[in-house]
Amino acid sequence: MLKIENLSATVAAAAGHRQILKGLSLTINAGEVHAIMGPNGAGKSTLGYTLGGRPGYEVTGGEVTFDGQDLLALAPHERAAAGLFLGFQYPVEIPGVSNLQFLREALNAQRKYHDLPPLSGAEFLRLAREKSALLKMDMEMLKRPVNVGFSGGEKKRAEMVQMGILGPKLAILDETDSGLDIDALRICGEGINAIMRPSETNGPDKAVLLITHYQRLLDYVKPDFVHVLAGGRIVKSGGPELALELEEAGYEAVVA
Amino acid sequence: MSAALPLPTRRQEDWRYADLAALEKLWPLPVAEVIDVGAGETYTRAIVQTGGGVTQLALNLAKGASASIHVLNGGGEYARVEISVDLAEGASFTLGAAQIAGGAATAEIVTNLRHNAPNATSKQVVRSVAGGHASASYLGKVYVAPGADGTDGGQSVRAMLLSRSATANARPELEIHADDVKCAHGCAIGELDANGLFYLAARGLPPEAAKALMLQAFVAEALDGADALQEQALALLEAAL
Repeated sequence: MLKIENLSATVAAAAGHRQILKGLSLTINAGEVHAIMGPNGAGKSTLGYTLGGRPGYEVTGGEVTFDGQDLLALAPHERAAAGLFLGFQYPVEIPGVSNLQFLREALNAQRKYHDLPPLSGAEFLRLAREKSALLKMDMEMLKRPVNVGFSGGEKKRAEMVQMGILGPKLAILDETDSGLDIDALRICGEGINAIMRPSETNGPDKAVLLITHYQRLLDYVKPDFVHVLAGGRIVKSGGPELALELEEAGYEAVVA
Repeated sequence: MSAALPLPTRRQEDWRYADLAALEKLWPLPVAEVIDVGAGETYTRAIVQTGGGVTQLALNLAKGASASIHVLNGGGEYARVEISVDLAEGASFTLGAAQIAGGAATAEIVTNLRHNAPNATSKQVVRSVAGGHASASYLGKVYVAPGADGTDGGQSVRAMLLSRSATANARPELEIHADDVKCAHGCAIGELDANGLFYLAARGLPPEAAKALMLQAFVAEALDGADALQEQALALLEAAL
């Protein structure tokens, strides 16, 4: 589904461009859950933003194909419409814009991209109600402005509701577990499984890339592959046991 | 027979940022509309000027009267709404005004409030959007007469620039001759939040739709309670983007 080959990227900084990704390669197939772990400053968030097409993140080498398309040639909203969902470590507050209005417009923009008719208000509300129930989020919260006045945990749950409504193929979730208490962590973990695991209702084309520091989210969303990102490259890959090993011994010992 | 008023010049403060060439085509202006609001009475009005032009309104608020005005201003080459208000004791005036200018247009809102007696209140919320080479201005004068103690006047003025070549002017002006007076004014000129725009794009909204959504929310701060104007504002925003 996603094939990253030898990706290099720079980030605009006060003192010019800083090289963050230095030849990163990774392949994710449909049905798989991958976790990327790594020390602070390794380039984990940069990977997410680069794949999402955030301005200021410039690709200086390599290729990324998503479902056979050149992902890097697409504008951010086209990447979303193609089925990429980027979960933000720090979801952005947008005063005055209600979650429901924003999500309905976003979903219908994605549908338009695929020449599908827009969902009616009633159809959309049914979908929103179903997904917010999944994340145990009160529908009243969705009437409020996007992320404004939400606690850290509420923002992350709202992100998962957005993911449920938009129904992406690939979710790249950047530290979705940060800021969550134990209950919210379980609810988000179960939400990710319900929304992003292949199933009869979800179809086969689902995959997840979790970017995280800790094992705890992986207890709920069991990864098939774990990668260690350090110095802008993947330096080690393995199965779920690698995450446990990291938790135990720390990055330095495992990467050395 | 009275001679027609001469065209104003840029020396006159009230016309300082105006597009005088465009104004000349509209000159002479129709006589300003005068509204007298009687003691204790309430007056509400929505001024929708979306195709340019000049609208002038003068309000006389008697003791304890209140007036609430919403304004949506924009379109054409030159769009100006001018409101002057005289407030008697205990009168109250609220203004919620949004203006949107694109291309090379000029939009302006000019207010002139006179708190002539004690305990009158006024609140003005003005939101301006300027794109292209357009300019959007707000000149708001609040005069507090000697002895008009207990006056409470507020001005919240914000402008959003959509391009580096657009201009916004905001000039709240206070002239206070009384002691026990509360007059707050806040003023900010900024650009759309780039993080917000990327967030919306990452959920599938094309850039124009993302901007329109954020700007709609921005002008809605001035159009609270005027749903019909919010709809019409969207059409102006889409034209200006």
